[in-house]
Amino acid sequence: MSADTRTPDDVAPATEARSAAGPGGLDAARVSWSTAGRLILDGVDVTAPAGAVSGLLGPNGSGKSTLLRVLAGVQPPSSGDAAPGHPASVVFAGADLLAAPRRRRARTLAFVEQEASTDLPVTVLDAVLLGRIPHRSLLAGDSADDRAAARRALDRVGMADYADRELTTLSGGERQRVHMARALAQEPALILLDEPTNHLDIAAQLDALRVLRDLADRGVTVLAALHDLQLAAQHCDHVVLLSGGRVVAAGDVRDVLVPEVLDPVYGVRTEVLTHPRTGRPVLTFAPRG
Amino acid sequence: MTTTRSAPPAARSGEATARPAVRRGAAWWLPASVVVLVATVLVTVTIGPAELSVADVWRSVATHLGLGGALGLEPLGALPDGMVWELRLPRVLTAAAVGAGLALCGVVMQSLTRNPLADPYLLGLSSGASLGAVLVLVAGLTVLLPVAAFAGAVAALVAALALAGAIGTITPTRTVLAGLAVSQLAAAATSFVIFWAATGDSYREILSWLMGSVAGATWTSVAITGVAVLVLGTLLASTGSILDAFTFGDTAAAALGVPVARVRWLLLVGVALLTGALVSQSGSIGFVGLILPHAVRMLTGARHRLLLPLSALCGASFLVWADTLARTVFAPREVPVGIVTAAVGAPVFAFLLWRGRRIA
Repeated sequence: MSADTRTPDDVAPATEARSAAGPGGLDAARVSWSTAGRLILDGVDVTAPAGAVSGLLGPNGSGKSTLLRVLAGVQPPSSGDAAPGHPASVVFAGADLLAAPRRRRARTLAFVEQEASTDLPVTVLDAVLLGRIPHRSLLAGDSADDRAAARRALDRVGMADYADRELTTLSGGERQRVHMARALAQEPALILLDEPTNHLDIAAQLDALRVLRDLADRGVTVLAALHDLQLAAQHCDHVVLLSGGRVVAAGDVRDVLVPEVLDPVYGVRTEVLTHPRTGRPVLTFAPRG
Repeated sequence: MTTTRSAPPAARSGEATARPAVRRGAAWWLPASVVVLVATVLVTVTIGPAELSVADVWRSVATHLGLGGALGLEPLGALPDGMVWELRLPRVLTAAAVGAGLALCGVVMQSLTRNPLADPYLLGLSSGASLGAVLVLVAGLTVLLPVAAFAGAVAALVAALALAGAIGTITPTRTVLAGLAVSQLAAAATSFVIFWAATGDSYREILSWLMGSVAGATWTSVAITGVAVLVLGTLLASTGSILDAFTFGDTAAAALGVPVARVRWLLLVGVALLTGALVSQSGSIGFVGLILPHAVRMLTGARHRLLLPLSALCGASFLVWADTLARTVFAPREVPVGIVTAAVGAPVFAFLLWRGRRIA
């Protein structure tokens, strides 16, 4: 393991964590969440550098979705037992997101949840226009500027020609890109996504990840929970590995996605190859024993 | 970003261009439905056993509004004038206010609970109101009926919200389930009271009230329902952007900066007070609040800024016509308007469903 791979045992000082995230990135510390006496998140520290695609990894039930919901401010953190008197902090670009007024937070941070669906007959453009709500008075309708922003967002995800289609007539991959466009219409500096590639075929997965890469290249901070380690290895710059509500390791993909880290967490035998063209890690898995 | 996948498949492009044609007409829906409502009121007032022309109605109304002198109109005779001003006009206006309010409440409830089966009575309001009404009817205190119905509706609301709150945060599912529990309890109590105490005349009165009717509407009814719809209804109708934010559920709404829990409380209470005021005057008229929002949505799409006011206007016209049928089809006998709303509305809704299937 390299120096910037952190384990729960050697807790990095806050300053070091901040430098890892860079001046504009996301830096959350001591995030805990419990329900019905069960601790789902246990004092999680997580950083996501600005202008990079960060992956949030971990087995089922490791707390990925919960962590994203707390970071997105749609679920308040519980007071952690680990450090009484030191409440959770979620800092982005120097501003405290947990303390920010909701609407201001919604202009900085967009959250693409898993499987957002509706039975209502909404068009693609209408769905994307929802992302403009934080930017206008609640009594006002959408302006020409809002519609222009929504069309720009659709263009960025390659769905501009679908604006007038009804959402329910789209494929899963197309719908996922519409949800991303809805988040982009919020014009966020930080975007959190919960399993954006779930249930998508491989071409649609690559489309979704290309959108994230495009965003990072424009300076947006991207943090996506991903199920597929293989995808994370190919597309993420920085990864955070959760297990049992704690951070097991965090850092560059080449440092975290190694057998010594993955094998105990997933209970498998991992082999890491190197992609001949990109030089990125390619993972293969075998059952343990 | 241009990708080869961004062009819609050719086979689908036909329906993609066919669909917005409906939406482009959206700007006309509101003015058109205002015209329809005004025409509905003016025409239905003239319909009835004693034939009155539209001109007679205008004469009566203008006279009462103090315009008779300015327009140089002859006042109408006392009998036809009373028929317009004291019987038909209050009845038509009450039906319009009740229809508008119920349709509006239906839209809000369906959006807030994300449940297509939600209607204004979801929180046990109609059962609560019925219990209050039946109690005073069997006691022979008919004068107190509106007060008792309103009190029953509010009591049911308080019980449902308290129950939902006691389980935890007020979520859509908990709200629906708590409303169901309160509703069933109140319905059982109502049945018991009817079974135990109702005799001869009160049976008929109770039945007519339970089915919903605006037959007894007076100018007081117009004032109560009208003010409720203008004040609470205008507030509810202005929540379009907030309800839009709930399209993909609570989490999405919260991520868009909407204070979900507070908004839900406020809107539920607003709906309940408005419904309570309407039910106190008309009894629980079914169907309007459940089906009308769906019908309007099928015509104009799901955007609440148009859906809310349009549902209110269409609900008003719909209930006025339904009530006109209720008092004329079997004249001189009347049927409760709740029977007509279901008998007319259900086939219309079935047709819209069938038509919508081919489009979507």
